[in-house]
Amino acid sequence: MMALADFEYGDTIHRCFRCGYCKFPVDWTDVNNCPAYARYRMETYSCGGRLWLTRAWLSDEIDWTAHFAHIMFSCTACKNCEAKCPLSFNVDILNMITAAKGEMVERGTIPPLVKEFLENIQRHGNPYGTPKAKRGDWLDGMGLKPYQGQDYLYYVGCIGSYDTRAQEIARALGAVLDRAGVSFGVLGVEEGCDGNDVNMIGEQGLFEVLAEDNIAQFKDLGVHRIVTLSPHAYNAIKNEYPCYEGDFEVLHYTQLLQCLISDGDLDISKGFEARVTFHDPCFLGRWNGEYEASREILQAIPGVTFIELEKNRESALCCGGGGGNFYIDFLGGSPDSPSRRRVREAHETGANILAVACPSCLNMLEDAVKSEELEDKISVQDISEIVAKACGITA
Amino acid sequence: MDSVYEALVEIVGPEHVSSQPEELFIYSWDLGTTEPHRPDYAVAPRTAEEIRKIVQLANKEKIPVVPLGGGLSLAGLAVPFKGGILLDLKRMDDIIEVNERARYALVECGVSQGKLTAYLERHHPHLTHSEPGAPPAATIAGNVVIHGQGDLAHPYGFNSDMINGLEVVTPTGEICQFGSCAIGAGWFTLHPLPDVGLFLGWTGTTGIITKVSLRLFPCKKIRGMAQFVVDDEDLVPEVFYKITHTQMVEDIMATSQAIPPFSSELHHFTINIAADSEKELEFKLEIVFDDTLGEYIHKGDGGYLGFIRGLERPQLSKTSDWRKGGGFEYVGSIMPIEQYPECYRRGKEISERHDIPYTVLARCIGTAHAMMFSWTYAFNRADPKTIEHAREALHETDDLALELGGTIWKPGLYGQRLVMEKLNPNTLELMRKIKQLLDPNGIMNPGNWEAQ
Ligand SMILES: Cc1cc2nc3c(=O)[nH]c(=O)nc-3n(C[C@H](O)[C@H](O)[C@H](O)COP(=O)(O)OP(=O)(O)OC[C@H]3O[C@@H](n4cnc5c(N)ncnc54)[C@H](O)[C@@H]3O)c2cc1C
Ligand code: SF4
Ligand code: SF4
Repeated sequence: MMALADFEYGDTIHRCFRCGYCKFPVDWTDVNNCPAYARYRMETYSCGGRLWLTRAWLSDEIDWTAHFAHIMFSCTACKNCEAKCPLSFNVDILNMITAAKGEMVERGTIPPLVKEFLENIQRHGNPYGTPKAKRGDWLDGMGLKPYQGQDYLYYVGCIGSYDTRAQEIARALGAVLDRAGVSFGVLGVEEGCDGNDVNMIGEQGLFEVLAEDNIAQFKDLGVHRIVTLSPHAYNAIKNEYPCYEGDFEVLHYTQLLQCLISDGDLDISKGFEARVTFHDPCFLGRWNGEYEASREILQAIPGVTFIELEKNRESALCCGGGGGNFYIDFLGGSPDSPSRRRVREAHETGANILAVACPSCLNMLEDAVKSEELEDKISVQDISEIVAKACGITA
Repeated sequence: MDSVYEALVEIVGPEHVSSQPEELFIYSWDLGTTEPHRPDYAVAPRTAEEIRKIVQLANKEKIPVVPLGGGLSLAGLAVPFKGGILLDLKRMDDIIEVNERARYALVECGVSQGKLTAYLERHHPHLTHSEPGAPPAATIAGNVVIHGQGDLAHPYGFNSDMINGLEVVTPTGEICQFGSCAIGAGWFTLHPLPDVGLFLGWTGTTGIITKVSLRLFPCKKIRGMAQFVVDDEDLVPEVFYKITHTQMVEDIMATSQAIPPFSSELHHFTINIAADSEKELEFKLEIVFDDTLGEYIHKGDGGYLGFIRGLERPQLSKTSDWRKGGGFEYVGSIMPIEQYPECYRRGKEISERHDIPYTVLARCIGTAHAMMFSWTYAFNRADPKTIEHAREALHETDDLALELGGTIWKPGLYGQRLVMEKLNPNTLELMRKIKQLLDPNGIMNPGNWEAQ
């Protein structure tokens, strides 16, 4: 069993002062920008709480309990804390939390839902436990080509491949890329899990296997450029795969669409009338500093009035889906759930569309719209769908 | 399942009460050097009515109730020394009303300093409150309870002097209001009704404040910080005196610290100046730095380091990271300004004795009526020896504050004992009677201000 002295961050973790800057967005609007703290509002669920508890656990001051594990795995890896903590160790905050989760994985003391999540990925290559053979079902009737050396591999990811609603955006993006004449192919049933959330859960071993398998497959197929549907996959391929000699040029699809539009290769002149606000996904924004592509796309669509959410860019409140929480959902079930808070914030802007650029955010926020009974006021739409409509691909 | 737990669940719902080891661990710790003590329950109420029921339950069961705001007062003031119910008040964080014309904000007790600042910036840019240098998670109520001071302390005094009204749950579970609100009028004035001195400075031992009406002040279009430096501590009191005579500035602070070494032993003034136009700004800078402090500059005793636009948000918690140690605590005192040189010299000696880089700060309160002088001691949370050193230094400094003719601000238990030993016996007896009357079962934040 690991002791504090053996913990990779054993000489850092005591530096958290528990001052609480990390609960805030940039402009201090409220203390609810750590999604887990927003949900539970006990100090244990704040970032500082997690760091102090981890240190206490590794120093044998507290024992492992299911509740402690719940506290740790409710962290969505949204990075708000790292963006706001004024102290220089802030770059390691998430590493510390993830390492603590990893230690629980190692000891086999993880919540049943986390175990299920990981086992499903290990056995079936997706968190849902759906047979791998069904991974390509989203492609039915689409006529998209398998990847055979085209310019781009269109990497869809687990949620876009299996979740019924997310499949719609996977298809919308396929159709838009097709319309723009992009040379791309898909892996369909051969696609594997990108592993981003496995990594955030701290299951390093499984992540390595997934990353290495994907890298080997991409290399075998001669892939050089990848465009992803999900910011989570984008993050893993961009920032983690190079550690396993997987160096690919990777774009999130919003970055590609923004180039296509600005170069005149994608005609969105049909447009449509809507008041649209945009929710920054953590793995595009805080993790990778990409804040502009989505905004430029939305602002370029004729008829769209773009309205910023009060908490935007670096200050965006996470939807609560990261770190596997789109599946384990430790933050759900309450009006204080971050997804419901976020949807209320979006509604307050007066927008009738809440635009997202991530299948996980799509699911989380769409469910929240239903829970808030706002279906007739605001709809959650992915930018891929919005662009498909602006191109006249869909009505 | 124990009956108190069940009763608490009944009051606040299952998600807002815990007797699990993790919550009990976290809420047992202060951020400073105070030894931890576990509560039996951690509860996060949402309304005054819930608090009323909790207090009634606590009286019935004779168990302590310890209110907690941001938990940033650093002197162990919300450590549940005798267990009981730890009330985390931060869920009560609605800004209920901002009255632009009467310049006040009515807030629930758990509203953070940061939230009020952001709200005013966005919705009432002509108004501001006296924001303390504490991290933004500090609460409005927690700050007035301990007589905090913010960046308008020079023109307007202690934050607890800026109260227009309070709502309080008494230790026996009555919800009371004080000020004009108590007669059903607006929350615009505290006077001339009987005062609320029963709840301020008592660190939650006489009741739980649930609402505060706080005075707001004009926020000028340009706000910024000027820097002035002197190398002789003996000059500091007269510089304070002269600047305050101009009545041209907002906040005035003097700091001196061992790190970085090149500016050690210098005394840096940070002087906040606000103006609605360039003309006004130029005029104020001229009055303060040419007409008033010019003589020091000409004689080579002082230097003007410039004016920076914008008030930088305080990030004083960086102090905790000096030695990558994660902790610090300070003794604050309210002291005549003329004692600055002695406070500085003696404080530096204490720091050196305990091998802690010295950090001192003085903030002007009122028109140089007093200063809040603080001595800060950083420690390494992972090294018990350094914590012990800091604790000893803090105790020596508590003694020093009284020796130099000041009072200790927000003293911890050690400092409270020192103050009570010095207190006029009749005053102490009156305090005891008030406490007995308000809190017959002694449930509120026990350990603090226990006048035996
Ligand atoms: C880096 C740093 C800088 C600081 N700078 C300043 C400064 O410039 N000015 C300043 O004034 N302070 C400063 N402080 C001290 C302190 O953080 C602030 O005064 C802060 O506002 C205290 O509020 P809190 O909510 O954290 O109170 P807490 O620490 O939670 O509570 C303080 C006391 O009040 C009681 N209490 C809390 N809420 C209530 C309530 N609603 N009803 C009854 N009792 C209650 C608690 O039991 C406790 O005894 C600083 C602290 C730090 C760490
Ligand atoms: S992580 Fe940083 S900001 Fe958050 S409590 Fe710790 S020291 Fe403060
Ligand atoms: S990463 Fe997000 S959820 Fe996790 S502690 Fe930081 S702010 Fe909270």
